[in-house]
Amino acid sequence: MSNAVSTASATTRRRAFSWAPARTYLQAAVILVWCLAPFYWMIVTAFRDVGFTFDPTPFFTHVTFDNFRTVFDESLGNHFAQNLLNSLIVAGITTVISLVVGVFAAYALARLKFRFKELVLGFILGASMFPAVALITPLFQFFTGIGWMGTYQALIIPSISFSLPLAVYTLTSFFREMPWELEEAARIDGCTQGQAFRKVILPLAAPATFTTAILTFIGAWNEFLIASQLSVDSTKTVTVAIASFAGAQPHQEPYTAVMAAGTVVTIPLVILVLVFQRKIVAGLTAGAVK
Amino acid sequence: MSTDAPSQTRGTTTGGGAGKGSKGGPGLAGAESADRREVTQGRWAYTLLTPTLILLAVVIVYPIINAIIMSFQKDAGLDPATGFFVQGGFAGADNYVHWLLQQCNGQACPPGTLGSQFWNAMGTTFFFTIITVILETILGFWMAVIMARAFKGRSLIRAAVLVPWAIPTAVTAKLFFFMFAFDGIINQLFGTQILWTGSEGPARWAIIISDVWKTTPFMALLILAGLQLIPDEVYEAAKVDGASAWQRFTQITLPLVRPALMVAILFRTLDVLRMYDLPAIMTGGANNTTTLSILVVQQVRQGLNGASALSTITFLVIFLVAFIFVRFLGANAVESAAPKKK
Repeated sequence: MSNAVSTASATTRRRAFSWAPARTYLQAAVILVWCLAPFYWMIVTAFRDVGFTFDPTPFFTHVTFDNFRTVFDESLGNHFAQNLLNSLIVAGITTVISLVVGVFAAYALARLKFRFKELVLGFILGASMFPAVALITPLFQFFTGIGWMGTYQALIIPSISFSLPLAVYTLTSFFREMPWELEEAARIDGCTQGQAFRKVILPLAAPATFTTAILTFIGAWNEFLIASQLSVDSTKTVTVAIASFAGAQPHQEPYTAVMAAGTVVTIPLVILVLVFQRKIVAGLTAGAVK
Repeated sequence: MSTDAPSQTRGTTTGGGAGKGSKGGPGLAGAESADRREVTQGRWAYTLLTPTLILLAVVIVYPIINAIIMSFQKDAGLDPATGFFVQGGFAGADNYVHWLLQQCNGQACPPGTLGSQFWNAMGTTFFFTIITVILETILGFWMAVIMARAFKGRSLIRAAVLVPWAIPTAVTAKLFFFMFAFDGIINQLFGTQILWTGSEGPARWAIIISDVWKTTPFMALLILAGLQLIPDEVYEAAKVDGASAWQRFTQITLPLVRPALMVAILFRTLDVLRMYDLPAIMTGGANNTTTLSILVVQQVRQGLNGASALSTITFLVIFLVAFIFVRFLGANAVESAAPKKK
């Protein structure tokens, strides 16, 4: 969305700040270290022998895979493989539902004229800022009443309450940037509105939808509060599992194992984020600055 | 159809009834056909919106209403007067009085009970919110300004700032809990012997530092996007006129980036006001780090209706803060979500 803008600004900024490139690099290095050092420390610790948990050496020393074995060790009461699967199911289904439903709403909000549009937009935006704790008590009572405690839907439904507004909001901002003239042209060529939507708009919307899917998935994958209250052992998600990990030694915080678990949960997300960096930045900032 | 096609392009789809004069237009021929079209579009729009609105009604509106109803009911339990177990029933404003005035059974709640912690939790929540948002705004602005410059490896920095954002908060909490451990890397690096998560002041700062680490990138990216919307000619012109770097920053950058900045601050403020994961995992709410959200969760185990009242209060506090932001500080997220440019 901002390629042209950023290259234009790049050239002038270079001129404007050319007197202090060294200072820029120094500050950039500080940002880099600030952002990556804790993450790096997690990975180093994840591979470190438990006896050297607090060794301050900033390199991979005393490397072992034991921590990863501990994480997946069923005999210690850890069910991490199951937790991963649970997270995948909950976040995956949440993402699919939010996108399928949200894409239509976003199309309407970005493209069509109708009364009370601001009101609908305000409602959806307000919903995305809604505090999760306010859902817990009524849902706790409701799910207990209908026997849904311990089911996946008991986690998916509240998760939708956060992901759907965000998906609609992000998609709406993306859709505004799309070349709608093509749809107009299709209509003039004799397509119905529905046909134009299916044949012209949906393919055009695919990249934006994909980006939104990544954001939605990451959001749902990271959810903790609802999952910690409404999940049972069999539906426990990874974030909840990490918060309550059992180590090889009882009564001792299993730091290295927890860092290993954190690494397992985080690495796929970080790869996803680095690969789709540009799209994600566009998705995060869409709508907020226009 | 084609007569008013231009009004269809994205630029002019100004939302709402704003200035459309849809009803009873002045009788111009064009306005009439636009009217008819709007009706069909409106129907089509609501058809498309129906699934979303129904789903949001089910997952948000219904729980809110239910929570409000629950908040006016008594929790089932032993009646202190008779000693018998009684079902709830209508409680009036009792649950709210319990929290707001810290009243337990008609007297001040004894220390240690959840009821006695309400105003403390409120203070802690606002303490976290104010400090975190200030730190994040300053740091985020600085990061954004650096990232907006052109230098080799800029895309590397832009990728790197996404790493803290992508890590689940629960993992961040555990990671910082480890780094802030007594024998942890932070005490070792700085040669300190601070019980970070085990004493009041440090515990709060450990949580604040973790939150700042995790969410500053988000702030920085929103501000960066705002910076990139400022045309460079403006800076050129200011330089020609002899404005200093500081003047350019305060006279051009700040006012022009203000809308994006306000939205970023609004998002982050509402986020910290409902903070749960970091303090819950790092301290469990001990050492005066109990936020409103943590208090609600603790109360859930003691009585759902009391918890409902507390969550309703939390909801209202957040709603009020959002209202103040939008109304008085010009952080109009809805308006910025609706297209403005012509």
